Amino acid sequence: MNWQWLHRLGSPRWFYEKTNAWLPWLMVCAWGLLLVGGIWGLGFAPEDAKQRNSYRILYIHAPVAFISMSCYYIMAISGAVGLIWKMKLPFMVMKAAAPIGLGLTIVVLATGSIWGKPTWGTWWEWDARLTSYLILSFLYLGVIALQQAFQNRDTADKASAILALVGTVNIPIIYKSVDWWYTLHQPATLKIVGKSTIDPSMLYPLFVMIVGFYVFFTLVLILHTRTEILRRESRSQWVKDLVLGKSNTKGEGAES
Amino acid sequence: MTAAPALLELRNLACERDERYLFAQLNANFYAGQVVQILGPNGSGKTTLLRILAGVSKDFYGDIFWQSQPLKDTAWEYANDLLYLGHLPGIKKSLTPFENLRWYAAVQGGVADADLIKALAQVQLAGYENTPCYRLSAGQLRRVALARLAFSRAKVWVLDEPFTALDKSGVAELEAKLIAHAAAGGLVLVTSHQDINVPNLQLLNLLDFPVDAQLLNSHEDAAYG
Amino acid sequence: MANLSSFASSLFWATFKRDLILAFRHKGDMVNPLVFFLIAITMIPLALGPEKAVLMRIAPGIIWVMALLATLLSLDSLFRSDFDDGSLEQLLIAPYPLALSVFAKILVHWLATGLPLTLMAPLLGVMLSLPANAFAALCYSLLLGTAAMSLIGAVGAALTVSLRKGGVLISLIVMPLYIPILIFGASAVQTAALGEAYNMQLAVLGAGLAIALLLAPLAAAGALRVSVNA
Repeated sequence: MNWQWLHRLGSPRWFYEKTNAWLPWLMVCAWGLLLVGGIWGLGFAPEDAKQRNSYRILYIHAPVAFISMSCYYIMAISGAVGLIWKMKLPFMVMKAAAPIGLGLTIVVLATGSIWGKPTWGTWWEWDARLTSYLILSFLYLGVIALQQAFQNRDTADKASAILALVGTVNIPIIYKSVDWWYTLHQPATLKIVGKSTIDPSMLYPLFVMIVGFYVFFTLVLILHTRTEILRRESRSQWVKDLVLGKSNTKGEGAES
Repeated sequence: MTAAPALLELRNLACERDERYLFAQLNANFYAGQVVQILGPNGSGKTTLLRILAGVSKDFYGDIFWQSQPLKDTAWEYANDLLYLGHLPGIKKSLTPFENLRWYAAVQGGVADADLIKALAQVQLAGYENTPCYRLSAGQLRRVALARLAFSRAKVWVLDEPFTALDKSGVAELEAKLIAHAAAGGLVLVTSHQDINVPNLQLLNLLDFPVDAQLLNSHEDAAYG
Repeated sequence: MANLSSFASSLFWATFKRDLILAFRHKGDMVNPLVFFLIAITMIPLALGPEKAVLMRIAPGIIWVMALLATLLSLDSLFRSDFDDGSLEQLLIAPYPLALSVFAKILVHWLATGLPLTLMAPLLGVMLSLPANAFAALCYSLLLGTAAMSLIGAVGAALTVSLRKGGVLISLIVMPLYIPILIFGASAVQTAALGEAYNMQLAVLGAGLAIALLLAPLAAAGALRVSVNA
């Protein structure tokens, strides 16, 4: 009995139709939160004593860093669900999540290096956090490369799901070891954000930005998943109806 | 006719490859004592069906029953009672025929060395026991793989194109082996591009299980216009 | 039960023995990573100059990186021939836990590449004027590290075995997973060169090896089932 909803959840069509209604709300929420947080953080939050205004890139850097990590877990968990319950939708979510995650890690690295220029005086510093995110981007690259390498889609899905799961076991180990490596080679004086330097008035807009970015991420993930659904289900009747129905209302019924 | 229950039962088997159904609604019962040839043109899914029946591939819809039990619950027993000879012979070229067979003996739980030598003699490879397989011809390699039949304790033989590269006498010997296995209460499922000369040969044509548009609509995810 | 367990050990041993024989008959596969290791290490003084102080400083890291690359080179052949000749299918359907027979194959892979790399490393340490007190650490860390790398690498090899050109892809997906091993392995040797205790690094490498022993054969077995289905 209880499995009914799970299987409905596993149906791409159900997901596609259900999310239709969510999209406008998500869009409004995401843009609203990001605008509020952005203006608050960039315009009204107090200036940092040491870093002056350059610290404000934190309002993008930190939320994106959080999400690029969660995205890996979302990808791996989707893959696991797909493997265990043999459902199609989770694999589509997984495939949609990988390039988004890669994009997010690139944003983390870019903002980190822009931040590093005024703070450390170099574009790249082998800082524990930046190094970890560099490795995370390699993990995403591996999953994407493996996914692309297979002709057969089912194999591509399952193989990259296994790789993502192996990566999940490894991520905490990689993080701990990179942290350890960093403290071994450099005294920890270069940390960008010491806990004491953050004032609560700086934190509130950060929270808004984190929530905003999460909603935005959800929106992008759903949109990518919907594209993937249409691509994979293009031969099924409901997608054909959907496409034909739309073109009919527009008055362009041309079809070869 | 047969009072005994089917050894192997396929119910509503369907297989999809790259968004194309190879066969669908495949229902069949296989009984002990049968030699069944699976027919169909190239690309109709013969090899895929055999790989499913051998447990190599698990990508299919429908159910398989082994001695009236769902295969999922009896996979271990079934694996113990199965001999699968695939499209690829599974022979290591840098090993000798004897070393190859010794590994296969371990797969089914150990066979005396003398029996392996006897098995090689049965496929006319006496004297070649210690010749590296890369020195053997394609037909001889196939014979090394077929030597597994001689010491097999499996009830079900799943053979994909076993006659490939065999000469006339090899074909006759293999046919005799299939007959003997069926007579001893075994089941043989075989594909072949040539006619098999076995009395009472059962045929299963995959073209008899075409893809039905109605069925596909019930699969929600794949429909053909 | 006793019958079952003797049966259980037999396919493991049969696969182990068969692969060991194969490894000795294909000596090239075994020797090539070693030769790569030697030549790649020779490149370093040629590129940086033979100054002893410099070489001494970088020797632990360089030897570890090269050992890692040599292991990567050897991974593609782990399941390749079994896949090509059909015996992988037979392994898959045998009434025997696939993870165990996969483990037998990984064990042979380590005996044929990881162990020789470890034994050869001191020689290369001499070439790079590694301090005398670091040789033991080099051997111990490589002994544990190459075993863990064989195990983790097997997952990558299993995922790519059905791809014709899996070689570069394996490196791409496996290298990030090797990072913790590299960090602690190289650090063990470096610490030893400074004359300090390196027990902690070895303990971490051992823990990593234990996790890999537990999970990698299972993951590789799952990956093989997916790959053979392709």
